Amino acid sequence: MKILLKNPRIIEPSENIDQVADILIVDGIIEIIAPKITASGNVQEYVLDGKIVAPGFIDMHVHLREPGYEHKETIETGLVAAAVGGFTAVCCMPNTNPPIDDASVIKFIKEKSEKTLNGLVDVHPVAAATKRREGKELSPMIELVEAGAVAFSDDGSPIDNSEIMRHALEYSNMLGKIIIQHPEDRSLAKGGVMNEGLVSTSLGLPPIPSIAEEIMIDRDIRIANYVGASYHAAHISTAGSVEIIRLAKKKNIPVTCEVTPHHFTLTDEAVRSFDTNTKMNPPLRTKADVDAIKEGLRDGTIDVIASDHAPHSFDEKEVEFLEAPFGIVGLETAIGLAITELVIPKILSINQLIEKFSINPRKILSLPTVKIKVGEKTNLTILDFQKKWKVDAQKFKSKSKRTPFDGKTLVGKSFAIINNGRVHFSD
Amino acid sequence: MPLQSKHLLGLEGVSRDDIQLVLDTARNFREVLDRPIKKVPTLQGKTIVNLFYESSTRTRISFELAERRLSADVVNFSVAGSSVAKGETLKDTARNIEAMKIDIVVVRHSSPGAALFLSRLMNANIINAGDGTHEHPTQALLDMYTIREKFGKLEGLNVCIVGDISHSRVALSNIYGLQILGVNVSVCGPATLIPKNIQKLGVKVYHNIDDAIRDSDILNVLRIQLERQNRSFFPSTREYHNYFGITRERLLKSKKPITIMHPGPINRDVEISADVADGEQSLILQQVLNGVAVRMAVLYLLGTGN
Repeated sequence: MKILLKNPRIIEPSENIDQVADILIVDGIIEIIAPKITASGNVQEYVLDGKIVAPGFIDMHVHLREPGYEHKETIETGLVAAAVGGFTAVCCMPNTNPPIDDASVIKFIKEKSEKTLNGLVDVHPVAAATKRREGKELSPMIELVEAGAVAFSDDGSPIDNSEIMRHALEYSNMLGKIIIQHPEDRSLAKGGVMNEGLVSTSLGLPPIPSIAEEIMIDRDIRIANYVGASYHAAHISTAGSVEIIRLAKKKNIPVTCEVTPHHFTLTDEAVRSFDTNTKMNPPLRTKADVDAIKEGLRDGTIDVIASDHAPHSFDEKEVEFLEAPFGIVGLETAIGLAITELVIPKILSINQLIEKFSINPRKILSLPTVKIKVGEKTNLTILDFQKKWKVDAQKFKSKSKRTPFDGKTLVGKSFAIINNGRVHFSD
Repeated sequence: MPLQSKHLLGLEGVSRDDIQLVLDTARNFREVLDRPIKKVPTLQGKTIVNLFYESSTRTRISFELAERRLSADVVNFSVAGSSVAKGETLKDTARNIEAMKIDIVVVRHSSPGAALFLSRLMNANIINAGDGTHEHPTQALLDMYTIREKFGKLEGLNVCIVGDISHSRVALSNIYGLQILGVNVSVCGPATLIPKNIQKLGVKVYHNIDDAIRDSDILNVLRIQLERQNRSFFPSTREYHNYFGITRERLLKSKKPITIMHPGPINRDVEISADVADGEQSLILQQVLNGVAVRMAVLYLLGTGN
């Protein structure tokens, strides 16, 4: 099967490519990159004037919820949302039921994902760092890696115990895998539902202080540095966290981190509505934090943009603020928010955006870098940076429609993805 | 003149005119309470549900009395005897009540924003009778009424709220309401019970009760919840009483008389000594009496408004 992409702008930061040319794909492999290709026979041709072709995007922080919470999301609905959102790959988090602390769960997820859209979206499971994600005993990491785990995390449940964290880092590092920590000192965050600040005081909502996150990152970096292991802080949200990681990177400590689109778009002022779609963990922070995160993205302190796609059913979120679960969906708005909030205001270049959505996460996870080169397997995200669109949560492919961005106008969107020999359009 | 809002969810952002209107209207109802027949036909034919998800004696009885004295039909709904115990969501409860064509809902709930949540689901007028640690607007209104009754004004007075500010809906509503009417509001308590950003609300913070007494005309003393000791907010009720408790000796050090208020229920000899609570400067029982009049005013203004 032949696919011909006509006239897109091809941007491939890892090879310093930025050119307008045609791409001919034959049986999933890039055959020719050149201006004005003409192909004979059965060719699917797509005219991509003004569109950008980039190496396939990966969302390294996604909750697919299956097995166990199929009323929130299934592997199928989650992966269709990823495809429409512009992602050719996702990392799924282990807080399922049963959790991903056993090779059989990875096997189940892999089998299910290969049946969704004929395996269009690659799924890289993040396995639990400890059994049952309890932070007490290490999970069988070697077996999990053999089954396909790409990293370890007790996501949602921070590894509180410093000795367990040390051992998790040492053991996973031996396997060339990172520990992804949900950084939170639970004794400080206990009972909290939003950022501690003027807004929490005004609303009487129990607070989560910024130091709950920063203390954990600080501790973890010390352990990682001490044992010489790679550490990744998930969804950082405070100016202090950016500063701690910036300093650690200057000292060449192997630390990386990610940020979610909602943490660079919204502040805790949004919680004044008591809208449960503004309740997430870590919570929305202040404008000073948002500014620091943008600076961290710009100067490279923050490596990755990941959605922390955390679907919940409509009814679960349709309750009092204290009772509502943390989390919102993000797969279908992540790229639009990143372009609108970061690229258009010139905080990030298009190249940097591609690095944070494609190149850096794969590097951190030791996955092969996707290249747009003759002879390479096709793995592409095609972007439309001009497209102005309005978020309509009811049209989400995700089972969950819970987002604070419903109705928001964004500029820039995924146009299509091509992966594993298949093309899938976003609209 | 009706109130600008269909609901009374809190005092944050409420207009000065609306607060004045409630207080002025309450004065008329306060007179009703001194009559031999304490009932007026104002809300005849209106149905009010008191939806109480937290135990409450004072507030619930005060509302019920106010409702009955306005001749409304009253339905009480409390957690123990309702479907809530069987696991019904607040949303479903709200929809059921809505289907029964209730005119006014008075709600007490442990979650901040619960009254706002109901107002988005129902056509009825919603009155917040306390939403977690957020607001308790009728308590603040009755406090303001009681102060105005004694001092003849509010503007320029110095009110200090003493105690557990972090976990108090009374404190927040008092801060918002009193500031709108030009009162200088301060708070006093141990640092662990004062939220980190309270100064940004324009409130002065004291950690020394004698300093607070020296600078205040009125102390509004809050109940110390004894279970707060369990999360190390303060070492013991003994230490709290010794360093933050309002006692006669402390008050005698002040050159001017200090008016004492308390929203109840009182922990005698913890946050306030018994002789102060029952003393001649205490307005505690006037607060209770005025509470009925203020709630009648709120019910009347919302129930007969648009």
